[in-house]
Amino acid sequence: MSNAMHNKTLTELKAGLAAGDFSSRELTEHFLARIQQHDGELNSFITVTAEQALAQADAADTALAAGNGGLLTGLPIAHKDIFCTEGVRTSCGSKMLDSFIAPYTATVVEKMAAEGAVMLGKTNMDEFAMGSSNETSYYGPVKNPWNLERVPGGSSGGAAACLGARLAPGATGTDTGGSIRQPAALNNITGLKPTYGRVSRWGMIAFASSLDQAGPMAQSAEDCALMLQAMAGHDHRDSTSLNEKVDDYLGALNNDISGLTIGIPEEFFPDTLDGAIADNSRAAIRELEKLGAKVISVSLPSIKLSVPAYYVIAPAEASSNLSRFDGVRFGHRCDDPKDLEDLYKRSRSEGFGDEVKRRILVGAYALSAGYYDAYYRRAQQVRRLIRDDFARAFEKVDVLMGPTAPETAFKLGAKKDDPVSMYMADVFTIGVNLAGLPALSMPTGFINGLPTGTQVIGNYFREGQILNVAHKYQQATDWHKQAPAFGGDQ
Amino acid sequence: MAIDSKVVAQVAHLARLKVDEADSAALSDRLNDILAMVDQLQQADVADVAPMAHPLDVTQPLREDEVSEPNVRDKALDIAPAAEDGCFLVPRVIE
Repeated sequence: MSNAMHNKTLTELKAGLAAGDFSSRELTEHFLARIQQHDGELNSFITVTAEQALAQADAADTALAAGNGGLLTGLPIAHKDIFCTEGVRTSCGSKMLDSFIAPYTATVVEKMAAEGAVMLGKTNMDEFAMGSSNETSYYGPVKNPWNLERVPGGSSGGAAACLGARLAPGATGTDTGGSIRQPAALNNITGLKPTYGRVSRWGMIAFASSLDQAGPMAQSAEDCALMLQAMAGHDHRDSTSLNEKVDDYLGALNNDISGLTIGIPEEFFPDTLDGAIADNSRAAIRELEKLGAKVISVSLPSIKLSVPAYYVIAPAEASSNLSRFDGVRFGHRCDDPKDLEDLYKRSRSEGFGDEVKRRILVGAYALSAGYYDAYYRRAQQVRRLIRDDFARAFEKVDVLMGPTAPETAFKLGAKKDDPVSMYMADVFTIGVNLAGLPALSMPTGFINGLPTGTQVIGNYFREGQILNVAHKYQQATDWHKQAPAFGGDQ
Repeated sequence: MAIDSKVVAQVAHLARLKVDEADSAALSDRLNDILAMVDQLQQADVADVAPMAHPLDVTQPLREDEVSEPNVRDKALDIAPAAEDGCFLVPRVIE
């Protein structure tokens, strides 16, 4: 059973395609059949693009036969439904965009297709990426394949769940406050949020523009390196995309890590933290010490204010970004508007769900006359304090490590009506977004049968180094190879 | 700076959202929970700290003022909820 195609990593599948063990069509049909069979229960996909996938697979087989393969030729990938895909519904998990057929394709999707990737479909997500449990999706919650009564995390919950359940071997995600790393931890997969500006945001529906960043999600760090190699790079269509050289991520995977200095921020192991969560991350750090890494303690004193700063900055940017949904140019429009204001107000109120409305209101309030200095300006000042804390730490260390999430997957519905407790799910991930740093979450063991993850945070543009650290860890351990019973072939 | 139903109505209007009166009290409570959490920001000593808009303090790039995008009017109108004569259609604004 462990030899089944769906249990293989992208790297192994790529080798299998090259060796002619199977064709991309066979591989694609296999994953489409698994989605058909199991996703009714999981709900990890919003749209499955079977016909296009098979056409791309056939083209990939032709390219491979001719020796013209790219980085991802013939490998099935699921895209988060936040990336515009020409001719395919792009809903962003919202009723607002339920009938939106994107007129163009996002750079990330385009770059991966240019390297030969096969798109299986579009994955479920929290509405407009606002959530940490995938319960705010208009298309219903995604279930966690490790326990169907529990959430997969969010907002890239569909991506993480379909990878965990082995319904796809690779998936794209986006991370504004932890939306790649927290669901990666909750589903026992590996996910990387790159440096802000490393991957183009063009065609990625905007939530909080100064924080949003796309990244790879897969079974292993090696697979994330392969995907990032195809995703990263400057894009003149995104003015925040940075014109920095793309490193050789695959080439750096096996670098020796002896002499690496790991910093442990004491704030990531507070007294209130679940002891079992702390133990799993500490055990992962000890494993890296065995491989020659040094460990020192560091402090990020301002990081305790990262959740409050984020919940001003992100809603403020969201309230501005989401003003484009007005019922006029695209998206949901109410019936029989009596005037223009009625058209705006009813279209938006019918099209957006509760959490999105709450964040728009918080953002509009924080930006309104009289409150700007107390909220928005102050949050941006605190953001600099947080960034400066990280900068001081990186004078002494190569990477920082700690738990990705403060708890394992919680029960569906447990936090749905308590936004503030939901926001705390991202307490360890948000600081990285505010600072714009790259960070990866990797599987580091279980608690009562539920996965936990540990975060590896690097300095700006050091994606290669954190992938290297995670790869070395995964060479020495097998947590990342554990798959849930759900969807098994027994 | 507590939010009540009146403030909710004002902010909802600014954001062009419609809030039903029946939901207004519960919504105020949730927003107050969020603002109470956000108020921790007031503890921070931010004297002389410049607000940070970009993680790498990068400024917007400049380019030559040349036409770079093709005309996509038909594509844009194809996905509009209502269009007529090459324009987006909205309720009458000027009598």
